[in-house]
Amino acid sequence: MSPMILNTIEVMLNGLMTGVMYSLVALGFVLIFKASGIFNYAQGVMALFAALTLVGFQSGQIPFSHLINVVFGTDYHNWGPGMNAFLAILLTMAVMVLLAWLVERLVLRHLVNQEPIILFMATIGLAFFMEGLGDMMWGANIKVLDIGLPSGGSFWWEDVTRVWATEGSDYYGMYIDVLDLWAAGIAIVLVVALTLFSQYTKTGRALRAVADDHQAALTVGISLRTIWIVVWSIAGFVALVAGIMWGSKSGIQFSLSLIALKALPVLILGGFTSIPGAIVGGLIIGVGEKLFEFTIGPLIGGATENWFAYVLALVFLMFRPQGLYGDKIIERV
Amino acid sequence: MKLKSLIAASLAAAMALGAGAVSADLTFPSLSYRTGPYAPNGIPFADGYADYFTLLNERDGGIGGEKINFIECETGYNTEKGVECYESTKGQGALVYQPLSTGITYQLIPKATADDIPVHSMGYGRTSAANGKVFSHIFNYPGTYWDAASIIVKHILDQEGGDVNGKTIALVYHNSAYGKEPIRTLEELAKKHGFNLTLLAVDHPGQEQKSQWLQIRRERPDYVLMWGWGVMNQVAVQEAANTRFPMDHFIGVWWSASENDVLPAGDGANGYKAINFHGVGKGFPLYDDLQKHVVDAGKAAGDGSNLGTVLYNRGMYAAMLASEAARTAQEIHGVSNITSAQMRDGMEALKIDQARMAEIGLPNFGPDINVSCDSHGGPGQAAIMQWDAGAKTWSLITDYTGADREVVDALIMEDSAAYAAENSITPRTCG
Repeated sequence: MSPMILNTIEVMLNGLMTGVMYSLVALGFVLIFKASGIFNYAQGVMALFAALTLVGFQSGQIPFSHLINVVFGTDYHNWGPGMNAFLAILLTMAVMVLLAWLVERLVLRHLVNQEPIILFMATIGLAFFMEGLGDMMWGANIKVLDIGLPSGGSFWWEDVTRVWATEGSDYYGMYIDVLDLWAAGIAIVLVVALTLFSQYTKTGRALRAVADDHQAALTVGISLRTIWIVVWSIAGFVALVAGIMWGSKSGIQFSLSLIALKALPVLILGGFTSIPGAIVGGLIIGVGEKLFEFTIGPLIGGATENWFAYVLALVFLMFRPQGLYGDKIIERV
Repeated sequence: MKLKSLIAASLAAAMALGAGAVSADLTFPSLSYRTGPYAPNGIPFADGYADYFTLLNERDGGIGGEKINFIECETGYNTEKGVECYESTKGQGALVYQPLSTGITYQLIPKATADDIPVHSMGYGRTSAANGKVFSHIFNYPGTYWDAASIIVKHILDQEGGDVNGKTIALVYHNSAYGKEPIRTLEELAKKHGFNLTLLAVDHPGQEQKSQWLQIRRERPDYVLMWGWGVMNQVAVQEAANTRFPMDHFIGVWWSASENDVLPAGDGANGYKAINFHGVGKGFPLYDDLQKHVVDAGKAAGDGSNLGTVLYNRGMYAAMLASEAARTAQEIHGVSNITSAQMRDGMEALKIDQARMAEIGLPNFGPDINVSCDSHGGPGQAAIMQWDAGAKTWSLITDYTGADREVVDALIMEDSAAYAAENSITPRTCG
């Protein structure tokens, strides 16, 4: 094969991998929107908060240490050498469940039956609050995240693909980041687990019932509040996974919350209420933006990915306003 | 009525006392950003800037017998907030502003000039502000982005035995006014030295750079330069390591060169180079004083853990340059309680040689500073440093060298002349 064709395949493959990373963020949005009709603006900050908490536990950092030291004149920073990644992930999940409970108890409970825009505004407030809380708890410095996931270009894949090139073409072999492969694997496991959970568990079925019709679910005795806590907890878990994957590339820092911006075109394209939609949407956006940057980008100065993702989503929106897999909205007057 | 009068009188008295106390001090505002996505870079700089002034107050009783009134205002690296900070603090007798953001600097150029307050955009902001004839109140010593681009190319020339003809240099840049700053200079240098220049823009915030690094992997440029900021830096260093680009051929500007930028990539960042205009580490006598009078005394702006990091050193260096300019202004005008206009004169006459740097406790920490009416860019010198991932330290690997003045000065003249024409400014005559 000519290197040009191989390069195009490489771009598409890496686009798919990037798309998986976008999907991980989009999944959290979908889960909450599906169950409660809330567009959770704080999803990106939840990923940041979860990742900050994970590194904090791993490194043995005392939460609020800066505040404690200022108030009491002490000099405490760490409670010990830290803990292994698995235990830290479990504890972080516990924190995310606690956060979900607090969100339901302090925010959502008081906004039942309010307009969606009110709930949306509440999540904007939540995002700012959580960003400040994360800063106070763990500090603003960049943290290195290492839970043992491998990263870097795959030598094996390079060797395999090098021989595909036309002889004498000095082809390097295709590049694929091992961390992206892990992310893809984890995303698959996550989607399968979520599907099994919603199909075969009582809570999962209750969750689907709430998603279909709040009122009907309430009449058969499903507790909306419990469901909200469950959904926000699951979204917290998805946020943790997204935070780990993105944070492994750049370190844990406050700009991590901006990954939510990459999820928006995915949601527009895939639909706000579909888990498969978040995955397929992410893949289409990932491949689309990478191919556009590869083919057209150099002709127009590059840096096309940010806006092209939205253009692509808007084009889909013109033909399928509910997104690829979203529920069709039929309003009768 | 009586109570109201009493309250009003008390308030007036308090304000008068407050104003009196402020006007008797030398006021240095700090437009810092300790919150938001860029806080990891803003905090060490702000700590260094604050700690140096605290040291002068604690150890020397201020500058020339005048205590320093240090006021910090949080900008969040946001231009609007930065301008609000300027407006809210300028009336307190501010002597000089260090905006710490190219966006804020651009907004302050006309405002501060009209208010007769100098601005020191140290190694950022508008490069052509180095032309003091047009930008009377803006200073960007000891070096500009165009100096940086030129010095990096000089380093590459040294590495390549003086010949880069036919080589390819790629620039990975933040797709903003800041990131685009070196392009014109690099284009001129490419013409002069015969290298090919590849431009790779990265959109804000730069969390995703796969396309750019796949292109670098395909095209295999001989060197990659980076004009990045924030998360863009960490991702670029990580992607360079992942794609196994030789790190000693990857060179960043001074805002892509802190510990924050390389630590997340771990061992993969080993050998990464960057340009810098000041010393690294805390192996300077001044740090003993900082430890004793500021950190150990519990008066440090942070917890003391930032001392010696690149950005702490930069903040501390900025404060040192500001205080030396204030000292110069006091000498020129024969008064200790200087005004912002007199501070501007001090900045324009600032001369710091190595003997003075040693006196301060920072021997060989930076190049000689030599500012004049013509040149607000100072010496335009910088050195190359390299990251050792094992020791987690930066080391300067070259001496401070100057830029290609023939190329850089011509560009400064061209751009500042255009600015003067756009804004109907008649350039000053320098004696």
